[in-house]
Amino acid sequence: MRARPRAVLAVLALAGLAALIAWAAGGLTPFGTPSGPANGVVRTLVHERHAANTVNGVTYDLRGLDTLGEELILFVAALGSAVLLRHGRGEQVDERADEEHESASARTADVLRAAGTALVGPLVVLGVYVVVHGHLSPGGGFQGGVILAAGLLLVYAAGQVVALERVEPTALVEVADATGALAYVLVAVGGLVFAAAALENFLPFGTTGNLLSAGTIPVLSVAVGVEVTGAVALILTELLDQTLLRGGE
Amino acid sequence: MTVLPYLVAGWLLVVGLWGAITSRHLVHQVVCLTVVQSSTYVLLLAVGYRSGGYAPIVSSSVPPSSPFVDPIVQALALTDVVVEATVVAVLLALTVQAHKRFGTADPDRLGELSG
Repeated sequence: MRARPRAVLAVLALAGLAALIAWAAGGLTPFGTPSGPANGVVRTLVHERHAANTVNGVTYDLRGLDTLGEELILFVAALGSAVLLRHGRGEQVDERADEEHESASARTADVLRAAGTALVGPLVVLGVYVVVHGHLSPGGGFQGGVILAAGLLLVYAAGQVVALERVEPTALVEVADATGALAYVLVAVGGLVFAAAALENFLPFGTTGNLLSAGTIPVLSVAVGVEVTGAVALILTELLDQTLLRGGE
Repeated sequence: MTVLPYLVAGWLLVVGLWGAITSRHLVHQVVCLTVVQSSTYVLLLAVGYRSGGYAPIVSSSVPPSSPFVDPIVQALALTDVVVEATVVAVLLALTVQAHKRFGTADPDRLGELSG
């Protein structure tokens, strides 16, 4: 379709949609006075599950099965983008690509290299902290996993690509991706074995606010953290591979 | 304004769709999709917000009997973010493949060349 008629049609359709949304917004609960059972959920999670961070209580306990699906979505998406991007990669790896690597890392400014290298350590510590404190403070497996994967991105940004290839990050992140997904499934099965239902919280709850409390919630958080680190790092590695092999096109 | 956050969500949805429809580059189109999806975050968090409520994290200074914003919609927003990240990853991978095959990332010209 040509650009102009399409734009006219889009304006008409979107104006209609906007009018419907404005109409619907008037029928929603007024902002600031939710009708949901928020305080009941908080009390249940704190008293029955001893989870201080009730958002993760919902994510890894009440909605644990949904999170299993969510985690597998991420697993499959990482797999899918890896398959899509690796297709035809072999033909492009040649001498020229190696030269591009070296020139790309040589172009990286010294300041960027130094800052990137210095930040990797603190960033990984922060990521691990956010993952293991998911049941106590804001954060959790998904958030901390992305921070950890950003550590890998920082190494790329600092121009240490050649150094990274020696340790084969792709194999490592693939294993992390699969291990995290498997660990979550094992905890889900553990609920069936040690309690009545899949993903039932079967570990001792401990004292609210302690690092070892809330039963399976921190375990699942760590499993998700490992899986997300692997999946996001895999996606970033594959996308960066494309850029580097094509000479930063 | 008790409906302003809902209207912000609606506005994000509409501008994101407008961007996606008029886009001339696949990467730009993917970014527009993330704008569309960010409207759902605003809507979810707005639906669960309680005036004067605490973040739903209990500590010694915030007892479980305090008023809280809704933790369920926050967990749903988390799911939403993860789904967006996966969708963007797969779409960007497809964009790379499309650019390789057709030599262009303009969605209009992709159709012409394949037809």
